[in-house]
Amino acid sequence: MSIRQRAARPVGYTGLIVGVAAAGAVTMLYRRRERDRAGDDAPGYTARRGFETYDVVGRTVTIRQPREKLFAFWRDFQNLPRVMENLVAVRPAQAAGRWIWTIKAPAGRTVDIETEIAREEEGELIAWRSVEGSAIDTEGRVRFVDAPGDRGTRVSLTVAYKPPAGEIGRGIAKLFRREPAVQARHDLKRFKMLMETGEIATSARRKADRAGGELPAGDRNPKTEPQS
Amino acid sequence: MKALAWHGKHDVRVESVPDPEIVNPRDAIIEISSTAICGSDLHLYDGVIPGMRAGDILGHEFMGRVVETGPGSTLKKGQRVVVPFTISCGQCFHCSVTQYSACENSNPVEKQDLSATVYGHPMAGLFGYSHLTGGYAGGQAEYARVPFSDVGPIVVPDHLDDDSVLFLSDILPTGWMAAENAQIGPDDTVAVWGCGPVGLFAVQSALVMGAARVIAIDHHPHRLELARSLGAEIVNFRESHVREALMEMSGGLGVDAVIDAVGMEAHGFAIDNMLDIAKQKVGMGADRASALKQAILAVRPGGRVSIPGVYGGMTDKFPLGALMEKGIQIRTGQTHVQRYSEKLLSMIEDGSLDTTFLISHRLPLEQGAEGYRNFHDCQNEWTKVVLKPGGPLPVRPGSTSAKERAA
Repeated sequence: MSIRQRAARPVGYTGLIVGVAAAGAVTMLYRRRERDRAGDDAPGYTARRGFETYDVVGRTVTIRQPREKLFAFWRDFQNLPRVMENLVAVRPAQAAGRWIWTIKAPAGRTVDIETEIAREEEGELIAWRSVEGSAIDTEGRVRFVDAPGDRGTRVSLTVAYKPPAGEIGRGIAKLFRREPAVQARHDLKRFKMLMETGEIATSARRKADRAGGELPAGDRNPKTEPQS
Repeated sequence: MKALAWHGKHDVRVESVPDPEIVNPRDAIIEISSTAICGSDLHLYDGVIPGMRAGDILGHEFMGRVVETGPGSTLKKGQRVVVPFTISCGQCFHCSVTQYSACENSNPVEKQDLSATVYGHPMAGLFGYSHLTGGYAGGQAEYARVPFSDVGPIVVPDHLDDDSVLFLSDILPTGWMAAENAQIGPDDTVAVWGCGPVGLFAVQSALVMGAARVIAIDHHPHRLELARSLGAEIVNFRESHVREALMEMSGGLGVDAVIDAVGMEAHGFAIDNMLDIAKQKVGMGADRASALKQAILAVRPGGRVSIPGVYGGMTDKFPLGALMEKGIQIRTGQTHVQRYSEKLLSMIEDGSLDTTFLISHRLPLEQGAEGYRNFHDCQNEWTKVVLKPGGPLPVRPGSTSAKERAA
């Protein structure tokens, strides 16, 4: 369920959202949690009120693998198409530190989004955002936190995006908004499967029957992967 | 290859389908030598499990020889293995605490949504048991693709024949876990509803675990006789008032533990069960839970309820008050098969468990539809059906060899 469909709560939230395109909705959300301690301890994206023009989804999974390994996989953005359904490819952009994300669009088309790293804390957090003038205004953040005992790592993904203007923008928005929470859950679960088992589960009986076909299985023997 | 596929209510057919392949690195392909029809397959046969699609290959009790392995499999070609019906990765949190049937990684991501919505969490992958549990092709076939083959299949020695070890796949550990969930003590009286294969194995397991008395409840005389031959006392619910009988047979105390080995399609004459039958018929997803309701009323205060019987939806008129006021404990769940494989195999080897007494019929796979029909319609005599892919066919005009895999 999209958060923006939920009942709004009359809070003075507009001020926090102002200038969000530059500062970033996710960052703002994070800051809101820092500042607004009158609220509860639930993650911001589970709030019942909306985020104005932004759609925000968030999901957490626990992965029984060391934090550093998970961070390293994610930090190489070119790995992400292996687990993200809507992401066709990621390649370096001309400007240093920027990446071109090729995303599936309706009618078999794709759209390129140029992103930059907004924040990075080694082994703990990666935040990215689309640069000014992108086809879609989006940003995301993934945080890695040690889970209790030997349970591995808690991985939280938060993605915010603003539905763009124009015809293709509407198409992309529709695709994005199809089931954003489901999408985030699916992508994180594929990430978990690949990291924990070395492969992504499928009930296909034959290679050609594999749904989508483009999500390759891990090519490593999971027995040699480090266990948490 | 030949495989038995579901096409709708009371419609299963043996048909030709492409052979399975290695798809993921940890896969193995098993050439199936024996495969059984499970009582829970009858829920599929009756069309009361959601998420079935025409052409789905059924079967989750199977064994055979390894004919192909992926690079991540630890099996070797030629090994003889029994395959658990639960598909488990061995590496997620739940597998790490031996809750294998709650594996987080075996149900494909795109298949998890329905059960995640209905149950709050997605189900694990199971063989041949609807797209709710992954849509994996089952083992009532000549070959099966077995994912995570380094975790699930147990290698069995050649001196034990198929009949002795086949049920390690499901009903033997399911009956064992049912008895374990009943937390049986040495002076306990245990009542078991349902003398199907799981109920019979639960009876045997409860006795092996040291129960003072086991009382088996059913209405099929032959099935009750099988329970009696294991050492149980029996109650025929068509001839006796079950609750009254159990109270008297337990000295007015009530039975210490009860096991519901019936599940969602229980027989019952009570009006609430009739209502549940009507709802189930119109597809409202009501589980007929009359055995469970009766069991909860029969168990003594502070007693234990174990539910190996399959339920999928919701039920009405649940005796919640009896549950709370009597302080009853309930344990249930799909079987964590891999937790029990080694122990039960050694108990078969040393003769402390009899696993073949309940097999009533052995048929070639080609006669699978007949097996389903009779297992469903003639439950008294047809207690367990084992299908043999490539087995000798009775002389029938026009029949062809089951062994037609070219390679």
